[in-house]
Amino acid sequence: MSNRSKIFFKGIADVSPLMIPVVPFGIIFGVLAIDLGLTPVTTIAMSIIIFGGASQIIFLQLFSAGASSLIILSSVGAVNSRHLLYGAVLSEHMSDFKMTWKIIISYFLVDQAFAVTNSYLKKSTDKDKAFHSFGAGATCWVIWQTTTIIGIFLGSIIPEKLGLSFAVPLTFLALIVDDLRKLINVIVIIISGLIATLGYEIIPFKAYVIVAAISGLIIATILTKFKGLNNG
Amino acid sequence: MVEWSLIIYCGIITFFSRYLMIAILKKEMFTDRIRDVLSYVPSAIFPAIIFPAIFLDINGDILIENNPKIFAAIIAMIIGLVSKNVLATIFSGLISYWFLIFVVFS
Repeated sequence: MSNRSKIFFKGIADVSPLMIPVVPFGIIFGVLAIDLGLTPVTTIAMSIIIFGGASQIIFLQLFSAGASSLIILSSVGAVNSRHLLYGAVLSEHMSDFKMTWKIIISYFLVDQAFAVTNSYLKKSTDKDKAFHSFGAGATCWVIWQTTTIIGIFLGSIIPEKLGLSFAVPLTFLALIVDDLRKLINVIVIIISGLIATLGYEIIPFKAYVIVAAISGLIIATILTKFKGLNNG
Repeated sequence: MVEWSLIIYCGIITFFSRYLMIAILKKEMFTDRIRDVLSYVPSAIFPAIIFPAIFLDINGDILIENNPKIFAAIIAMIIGLVSKNVLATIFSGLISYWFLIFVVFS
């Protein structure tokens, strides 16, 4: 086996355990999309073109609530702003990558791919190290497309009274449940959640996601400032 | 009908939020302060999806009494905190929700 394929397969092996929670997430997306009346072709196109779980689910939620394109776009942008945080870490390890590689890896870089790419690039000095990110990203892609298709099939079978849309808040809850151990996070979570719930009908244009998120970040900015003052 | 242009724009936004981070961003562009605040993005945005999906009924009205989703979400939260496992969190919530709507509340 060539060095490149060895590194490619190591990328697959490293990311595989992280794929387990992605399976129900992808299936839920497919089921929901069909429930909301999207065609199978549109559903698959979303998974291929957007290729980001949280972005796609927020898209569906706001679309089904009748939000405008501008609100959907800005909310998807807000969801993705967490990616900017990774920039500081990854860019220094990828500065010698060709632009084509940067484009390919960017498309594949979901949270799970980021996690393994980051820990591999920190240690690796191999000239073919880009193949690791490629293997990890391609694995995420195949799993996401496959589970979307499974969800599309199940969406037409699963009875509506099972209330599977409840899996959406549960999935997002699973993503932040560990943050409930930290006081500032808890305060931010409660404030954002309350504003979104109370503002759901009041805030115009279904902008409740973006208004709640920005309010939460303002609170986080203020509270972390106090934390900094206490420590210093 | 979902507009194709909207899907494509969302794809472009998602791609560039990732591309920017590996192609253009430099370590020096982020002070510790900005990084600290950005680390709260998930806590600021995901509750805006979670809370309305639990506390609002299909008409968008707040529903506190006899709401099985609240109990199920609390169980999922406790299981999530104890197990630190994504799958256990999701499935404990779903199973307790089904138990509540099909056995207890029916």
